[in-house]
Amino acid sequence: MSAAPAYSEDKGGSAGPGEPEYGHDPASGGIFSSDYKRHDDLKEMLDTNKDSLKLEAMKRIVAMIARGKNASDLFPAVVKNVACKNIEVKKLVYVYLVRYAEEQQDLALLSISTFQRGLKDPNQLIRASALRVLSSIRVPIIVPIMMLAIKEAASDMSPYVRKTAAHAIPKLYSLDSDQKDQLIEVIEKLLADKTTLVAGSVVMAFEEVCPERIDLIHKNYRKLCNLLIDVEEWGQVVIISMLTRYARTQFLSPTQNESLLEENAEKAFYGSEEDEAKGAGSEDAAASALPARKPYVMDPDHRLLLRNTKPLLQSRSAAVVMAVAQLYFHLAPKAEVGVIAKALVRLLRSHSEVQYVVLQNVATMSIKRRGMFEPYLKSFYIRSTDPTQIKILKLEVLTNLANETNIPTVLREFQTYIRSMDKDFVAATIQAIGRCATNIGRVRDTCLNGLVQLLSNRDELVVAESVVVIKKLLQMQPAQHGEIIKHLAKLTDNIQVPMARASILWLIGEYCEHVPRIAPDVLRKMAKSFTAEEDIVKLQIINLAAKLYLTNSKQTKLLTQYVLSLAKYDQNYDIRDRARFTRQLIVPSEQGGALSRHAKKLFLAPKPAPVLESSFKDRDHFQLGSLSHLLNAKATGYQELPDWPEEAPDPSVRNVEVPEWTKCSNREKRKEKEKPFYSDSEGESGPTESADSEPESESESDSKSSSESGSGDSSSESENEDQDEDEEKVRGSESEQSEEDVEKRKTKKKKVPEGKGEASSSDEGSDSSSSSSESEMTSESEEEQLEPASWRRKTPPSSKSAPAAKEISLLDLEDFTPPSVQPVSPPAIVSTSLAADLEGLTLTDSTLVPSLLSPVSGVGRQELLHRVAGEGLAVDYTFSRQPFSGDPHMVSVHIHFSNSSDTPIKGLHLGTSKLPAGISIQEFPEIAPRPDSSTSPFSHLLGS
Amino acid sequence: MIHSLFLINSSGDIFLEKHWKSVVSRSVCDYFFEAQERATEAENVPPVIPTPHHYLLNVYRHKIFFVAVIQTEVPPLFVIEFLHRVVDTFQDYFGVCSEPVIKDNVVVVYEVLEEMLDNGFPLATESNILKELIKPPTILRTVVNTITGSTNVGDQLPTGQLSVVPWRRTGVKYTNNEAYFDVIEEIDAIIDKSGSTITAEIQGVIDACVKLTGMPDLTLSFMNPRLLDDVSFHPCVRFKRWESERILSFIPPDGNFRLLSYHVSAQNLVAIPVYVKHNISFRDSSSLGRFEITVGPKQTMGKTIEGVTVTSQMPKGVLNMSLTPSQGTHTFDPVTKMLSWDVGKINPQKLPSLKGTMSLQAGASKPDENPTINLQFKIQQLAISGLKVNRLDMYGEKYKPFKGIKYMTKAGKFQVRT
Repeated sequence: MSAAPAYSEDKGGSAGPGEPEYGHDPASGGIFSSDYKRHDDLKEMLDTNKDSLKLEAMKRIVAMIARGKNASDLFPAVVKNVACKNIEVKKLVYVYLVRYAEEQQDLALLSISTFQRGLKDPNQLIRASALRVLSSIRVPIIVPIMMLAIKEAASDMSPYVRKTAAHAIPKLYSLDSDQKDQLIEVIEKLLADKTTLVAGSVVMAFEEVCPERIDLIHKNYRKLCNLLIDVEEWGQVVIISMLTRYARTQFLSPTQNESLLEENAEKAFYGSEEDEAKGAGSEDAAASALPARKPYVMDPDHRLLLRNTKPLLQSRSAAVVMAVAQLYFHLAPKAEVGVIAKALVRLLRSHSEVQYVVLQNVATMSIKRRGMFEPYLKSFYIRSTDPTQIKILKLEVLTNLANETNIPTVLREFQTYIRSMDKDFVAATIQAIGRCATNIGRVRDTCLNGLVQLLSNRDELVVAESVVVIKKLLQMQPAQHGEIIKHLAKLTDNIQVPMARASILWLIGEYCEHVPRIAPDVLRKMAKSFTAEEDIVKLQIINLAAKLYLTNSKQTKLLTQYVLSLAKYDQNYDIRDRARFTRQLIVPSEQGGALSRHAKKLFLAPKPAPVLESSFKDRDHFQLGSLSHLLNAKATGYQELPDWPEEAPDPSVRNVEVPEWTKCSNREKRKEKEKPFYSDSEGESGPTESADSEPESESESDSKSSSESGSGDSSSESENEDQDEDEEKVRGSESEQSEEDVEKRKTKKKKVPEGKGEASSSDEGSDSSSSSSESEMTSESEEEQLEPASWRRKTPPSSKSAPAAKEISLLDLEDFTPPSVQPVSPPAIVSTSLAADLEGLTLTDSTLVPSLLSPVSGVGRQELLHRVAGEGLAVDYTFSRQPFSGDPHMVSVHIHFSNSSDTPIKGLHLGTSKLPAGISIQEFPEIAPRPDSSTSPFSHLLGS
Repeated sequence: MIHSLFLINSSGDIFLEKHWKSVVSRSVCDYFFEAQERATEAENVPPVIPTPHHYLLNVYRHKIFFVAVIQTEVPPLFVIEFLHRVVDTFQDYFGVCSEPVIKDNVVVVYEVLEEMLDNGFPLATESNILKELIKPPTILRTVVNTITGSTNVGDQLPTGQLSVVPWRRTGVKYTNNEAYFDVIEEIDAIIDKSGSTITAEIQGVIDACVKLTGMPDLTLSFMNPRLLDDVSFHPCVRFKRWESERILSFIPPDGNFRLLSYHVSAQNLVAIPVYVKHNISFRDSSSLGRFEITVGPKQTMGKTIEGVTVTSQMPKGVLNMSLTPSQGTHTFDPVTKMLSWDVGKINPQKLPSLKGTMSLQAGASKPDENPTINLQFKIQQLAISGLKVNRLDMYGEKYKPFKGIKYMTKAGKFQVRT
């Protein structure tokens, strides 16, 4: 093997005289001794105290493993080094263990205690890798230890370790499927995890262990949708494919009412493409227009999924793009599916393997939704440098896309392809022409003529294929094509390819009644040349003779007898047999009367026309993008894509308790801001706004993570207990939904805001966001009054909010220093800082009715005015990021006032605001003082 | 998911195997060899090969087959994309990805593969995370390691693994802070016999080489962003900002990366910078054919066309060619029937041409197809779509970086039918 010298560098100077690389053929005796020597040498190196020698030995052993050589007899020597201090030696020992532990289970147990110690290491990387190896060594006896380790790691404070735990779940499951129930518990726990790092891995574990437990997803559905964009690419693919299945069981089919509007949908599709260019804003508009047209109303969660996956079509990963494409294909209303075409066409520029898979899927899609890819017809044109398998798939797509209008261009393309050097491809092109001809009546004659010309091609494959296709085409409507059959008959003089001659004779025989004058003449010529023909042609001559004898015995009786006599003495026994058999059938005799009476039926039975259709038809019952779809066969472990339910299952199952929902919207919001990037990268201890980088606080208190302000975070340790209590309060009060109840809770000096007139399910989000942040304040100081208010404001998604957010915190320190007993008027703040966000937006005058405001789902809060600066009044604001139902150009902003001073606050109103051009704020009525110190949200609009 | 990986060279040797779950015997590759034989050419090996118990997914790059073995349903693109990522990572680590290089660095390769997948599911695929876990081999490091006994393996969790910017590590330091962007556009076109364009598209990429200290936050804006029809981003680009303002805002990865790839649609008129005049004819009677091609510039916006190469697959009937180029060199391989002509620069005053005769197989009738001509060329300092970068700004760091931008137009799949 030439590989040997290549490793010399790894061996370094230490390669001794017992050089291992000589032992290539284990069968010969001499080699065994060298093997023995080699291992002696390595064992010695492993037994020394010098790390460098150990490392050297391990490197050589790993190189052996890589080449597929057996190194299992070194197991005892290697396993001793599992506790080695040198991290690289340790890693290589791990590699070795994972490879051979299964074979040497008893010895492998020696290493377990090291891993158990590793699981407690303060370094998260060591904890994680200990768990990785422990779970990878496939020794059934340690299943209980693994289970314990996984459970522990699932609540580790490092998300990286939790991710490793998620990876370990399928490993344990494949080792011992009895652990399923316990593992499902762990999966459930990890599914609730809020970090993007874990999300992909745990969904992977879910798919492998319990894909049928769709109920575990309900509570995490919205979170997963919202996290999706931040998950790493591999996780995205798994999550999207799982969510596709989920959506199929939970939502109603968006196309159920569309069958009547088929035509409209086709047209709307073009519109939706333009929309895409304009961005998400217009997409929403399009989406809201859709239900207006039809009685079907899409579940908001269904919409959420579609909206959150759409940006991923821009991913650099082909797998992600494909995953989103299949999601849209299976879940989106017809009018919206079009957006995926552009992204899929883009993938055609990628590596040929990617092209291959994408084209397979495009072929399936293009049968169902032809309109989608029509604008990209030219992207499927074939280059002579494409590999044959790609050419054939492109041809398939081109054929599917051909219609009345583009058929001339398509056929012109096909014409060039027919002259290609790649004969397999030419044959496929001829088939494709045949399919175009059957599908589009207008061009059938042109195609036929073209194919007839091809009959004179020198290449046998081309001719054979053409004849086969012509045969199929003629079978569909023979009556109209007497001319072509005549033409074919004439060709018999020139065409030498036996296959083609045979096919022509079959055609003439089959349709002899259409060419009554020519057929006998052809038979005459054939009878003359019978002895010189190839076998298949001879068989067809007998066939033709028999058919003519039955239809036109007067003219052909003698000819037939002549042919049969010739055949009787042919060298080939097949032909002799056929001649004897035919004679018995067609020539009435005394004994065989029973069969010959039916001879006509036997020979001239109407044969069904072959159907020319795509091999990709009906492939879409497999989930697109899956292996099963590609192979057109069910692969092991394939999860059927369920049909849409008749009745929508209860959507409320997806409603989540406060903190999680708030949290994920925080994330969403965070995406917009520049700030978190810095803070997060500072590591776990730095002040952060997201739970991702803050595992400690997160694991202890959910509500903690929902509070976004930096001040809260810094004092996290001390607050955690309080907050846990708070959280319970919040949950309890929510269920009661009454202001009076809140009063009673004042014993703890906590106020819980209630959404007045906003009691719908998604309302919980807004409640929770306010409640959790309030509870935070409570833990800092006493407060007598809380007045959360919610405003709304609409703006197209704009990243400007990010700098603005920072600005605000600066402003409130500078602007609000003078202590005043009177409350600071919020409008001033709005005009100075928020207004900056609103630049470039248009004015509107629509009056607002609070009831117009749709409930706000949870959103992270920004501090507008700090309690100290505002003399007891604290103001927070949130962008609800929901469309405002009153005016599509507006965004809603929720402003929460909380008063922690003794004085009641009166006369909250919107002052005169100096706004930059193009921005407007919807007025809201003055807010009455709240002496009862209960809370009431009020909604107002800030327009744009 | 991914059970095992086999690396197979073009002569059919399995030179590396790695298993992430229990061991799959390498005899499974026999199915692959069978398929390879049937396909005759490497590029025609089907990417997915079903076998009774496994599925083999493979990619072919740098003359190596990367064959992944899987056992259960998994999106095929997931595996294919991963395999390509593996190749890219090797390339990133070792400069080139070839059989000898992989064999030389087999331990590092093994360590990297170990980190990339856990139980068959991708764990760390970002090159900057991997490089913190396992440092790429350099001559200097090898020397230092031999002396000091330190290792190539990091003992801390890479910072990127936990942050929201997994593509960038903290604590990057450079003395010269520089950011270079290359706008490279490729023209894909099919030109028909008469010289008219059948289809033409522009595919562009912006490749960046960013060596900046700390955590810089960059924004890149275009003069004419509307040109971009379809874009795909590196994960670092903030999608929302692009949607609303058509500005690329991102915290860049350290080193080389592809920031953006875009597509300028076929609807826009694409300027075709070259034309090819050709006269290739076979005659039925004689065993000689005539061959003549001339390449000339067209719509080049005043720039010179460089690096022109013409390749053409001649029909099987062509035995040999005797040609004289007016410039450059040409070769004809009588076995593969591949003609290639390295033209070099095009001088508009004196157009390069290649003339001569082809000798055909005696007795055989003339080939019914004419060869297609594939063209390669480069135009420096020009983005053929007209895309222009407006400005690059940096936030978040104090220093002043050196910024550079380069434009280039190349031929992609540029084909002339004759």
